[in-house]
Amino acid sequence: MKAGGTGVPVAPAFNLVFGERQPSRMMRFILRRTLQMIPTLLVVVLIIFVIFSVVPGSFISSLMSEGRNATNADVMAHLNQQFGLDKPLLVRLWDYLWGLAHFDLGISYRTREPVWNVIEPRLWPSIKLALAAMFFAALVGIPLGFVAALKPGSVIDTGTMMVAISGLSLPEFWFGLLLMYVFALQLGWLPSFGYNADSFQHLILPAIALGVSPMALLARTTRAGVLDVMNADFVRTARAKGVSEPRLVRSHVARNVLVLVLTTLGLQVGSLMGQAIVIEKLFSWPGIGSLLVDSVAARDIPVVQGAVIVIVLWFLVINMLVDVAYAAVDPRIKVT
Amino acid sequence: MTHKESEPVLSVRDLRIGIGKQNAILHGVSFDILPGETYGLVGESGSGKSITGLSVMGLLKRPLQVTGGSILFRGQELLTLNSRARRRLRGDRMAMVFQEPMTALNPLATVGRQIAEMFVIHRGLRWSQARTKAVEALENVRVPSPEERARSYPHQLSGGMRQRVMIAMALACRPDLLIADEPTTALDVTVQAGVLELIAELSQAEGTAVLLVSHDLGVIANMCRRVGVMDQGRLVEEQDTRALFERPLHPYTRGLLAARPRLGSRTLAQRGRLTELDEVVSSDERGRDQPTLVTPRVFSGATP
Amino acid sequence: MRLRFNLVLGLTLALLVIVCALGAGWIAPYDPVLHADLMNSEMPPSWEHPMGTDGQGRDVFSRVLYGAQVSLTVGLVSQLINSFIGTALGVSAGYFGGWWDDLVNGLTNVMLAIPSLVFALAIMAVLGPGLPSLLIALGLTNWSWTCRIARSSTLSLKNQGFVQAAVSAGFGDFNIMRTQILPNILGPVLVMATLGIGSAVLAEAALSFLGVGIRPPQPSWGNMLTDARELLRAAPWAAIYPGLAIFITVLGFNLLGDGMRDLLDPHMRTRKV
Repeated sequence: MKAGGTGVPVAPAFNLVFGERQPSRMMRFILRRTLQMIPTLLVVVLIIFVIFSVVPGSFISSLMSEGRNATNADVMAHLNQQFGLDKPLLVRLWDYLWGLAHFDLGISYRTREPVWNVIEPRLWPSIKLALAAMFFAALVGIPLGFVAALKPGSVIDTGTMMVAISGLSLPEFWFGLLLMYVFALQLGWLPSFGYNADSFQHLILPAIALGVSPMALLARTTRAGVLDVMNADFVRTARAKGVSEPRLVRSHVARNVLVLVLTTLGLQVGSLMGQAIVIEKLFSWPGIGSLLVDSVAARDIPVVQGAVIVIVLWFLVINMLVDVAYAAVDPRIKVT
Repeated sequence: MTHKESEPVLSVRDLRIGIGKQNAILHGVSFDILPGETYGLVGESGSGKSITGLSVMGLLKRPLQVTGGSILFRGQELLTLNSRARRRLRGDRMAMVFQEPMTALNPLATVGRQIAEMFVIHRGLRWSQARTKAVEALENVRVPSPEERARSYPHQLSGGMRQRVMIAMALACRPDLLIADEPTTALDVTVQAGVLELIAELSQAEGTAVLLVSHDLGVIANMCRRVGVMDQGRLVEEQDTRALFERPLHPYTRGLLAARPRLGSRTLAQRGRLTELDEVVSSDERGRDQPTLVTPRVFSGATP
Repeated sequence: MRLRFNLVLGLTLALLVIVCALGAGWIAPYDPVLHADLMNSEMPPSWEHPMGTDGQGRDVFSRVLYGAQVSLTVGLVSQLINSFIGTALGVSAGYFGGWWDDLVNGLTNVMLAIPSLVFALAIMAVLGPGLPSLLIALGLTNWSWTCRIARSSTLSLKNQGFVQAAVSAGFGDFNIMRTQILPNILGPVLVMATLGIGSAVLAEAALSFLGVGIRPPQPSWGNMLTDARELLRAAPWAAIYPGLAIFITVLGFNLLGDGMRDLLDPHMRTRKV
């Protein structure tokens, strides 16, 4: 989505800066970015709709083959009618979009509940897992990248980079299995799988397994960012001012690096909900991901569509928040 | 300010810089700067004038290092000083203005804050007090509406304004020595004079000694009483500015002077062929694989 | 120093996996599917079974070797498709600009918004499990970064002298893209493809683990892990070795891609001195 400002009055540059505190401008920015999500979302719905309209076996036929009376054409016709499957594709697409505009995601084939009622209880566990994984990734990855970059070529640096490339190459569900084996089965410190809304312990293993690859990516981006910033002219200026090294890192380098790392951080948080599907399945975590996998297996297409929309929406919302955060951190970025 | 008038603020003796021990880049450079004096270092790029300035500040980057000689600052040897003591001198007693005002300021901090930081580090002021001092400093370098400007970020200022901010920052603690490394090279011709004037005026008012590093003989002629000419990591000639222009002693200096485009000769035919440096300096005096000055060639190539 | 280390180690690991895949028929001591010795199930690693046996008494080592065939096929073929789509869309978008560029850009953004694993899962659900479906699903879902890089490289090349010269010399658009632009962006595209092999191998393993990729009797590193999960306590080796194989393969191609990128990017090279 290009943020090409159309029709926004061009004020003097320094007035547009967020530092001037103009909440109305910020709200307008958020509102516009929200509206910009709609076309992307529409295309996603369209793609998913087209993909599933060519499914060879419909849900009804798979229902039939599951031991029920497959020859009962009456029942089949009735079901088709109930779910609106007898209508032409374009009409169904229109109906679906119409429903979507009213925040109605349709009816689940499997449970016959509104899709939203199926998705809603899965939402919080998914968000919790994504945030916990990101928390772990940032907590470990960013300091690791910093330490590595401050002594380039050192043992710490080389070690960190080895850890990073390994983390990026690790199949996360295998890593999850190993964690499960060591910490749950052998040591018995943590529960091996399952979900408990009140307990923190169930969250630890899946969050670490899911967080390893973003952690590695963050370590790499942070390191590259620090190296970049340390070579910048303004760092030399700060040294010429007599700024001490700790102060230099704290008040000149850190924020500039954060700006560079923010993009990676946002992209990662945004895609974590999608990446989590295998981990959720492995740890029997009742999130959107495992719902998606189960619904695909059962060909419960309304729920699949709903889950994909939620995952994409999460990505888009997080990225919008990152842009907002950018404007708050970097005065060069104009909120228009 | 305990030093006597006659004693130099900065005394560089036989300074040698190299990449490691082997590859020498600076082969023993010596010069003195007296209090309140503006001393010019001139030479083409790669002659070693900039790293001379940086080594005085103690800001040489990793592969580069001082391999010998001495740098006396107010009678104190800098090369044996520990890094903490040197850091205390930086910004406080000696300050530096760089060539690129576009990138030399932190893009994420307000200009006022960056100046105020000087008072926080070196004077131990609180941020609120430092900020008012920063506005004063901006006023000193004649930045219009300093209150408002102090709240601006670097990208909101023009190149000339940014360089004024750099100067305000450098002079904030009234240093004894200001090192200005090509302070006007990156600026529009129209604002160059103003910035130079400012440096001259403020250094005179405070009695600050200035080491002016430039490739531009015009700038040097306007600003300095004494000039050192550098070539290939050596100080090949040191003279009073007037004498240098009238009677250049070293062949390299003669070449440098001759390569300047002259005012007054209007047409290309009148101006004739511009001097090529290679003709003046015999080839054994320069390193074989060193780049030669390109500009004069381009000029001469343009003659029909 | 580090630069060469990356390349050499990456190349070594990649070659190791390729040799295992090509030579599986000769190296493997047992048949990966048919040799199921229930009397000797869940046996720890030994001389007869270097990686132990699984729940049905099959030799894990042989199954890992045959699994390499699946992983490599999926990795290489799907990246070939991705690189083709990404390069074609990216170069044409950058070269022609206008509405086509806007369209490609929009599509790339949509593709980035849908996590590729989710997209691939959806396609697998439609096509059904199996190798051909995997090749299509993973080949269609991971081209957005290649496309972006090809587009931005083309944009910067378009205004350079030699391309302008070709335009004014009256070369056709397709000709210019093929002879002037493509050779110059091949490097970054190749790097992306190499790194993409790693992620395709990971995605295949994930899909097979979820049961929508390669179906069980046929060995794939992903579906071996599904089985192993159930007997994690009794036969951990059945989980460790297939995962290790994935890890080594992906690490190999990632190191190779990194090494190639460092080699291509002189800026990175000077910085490491």
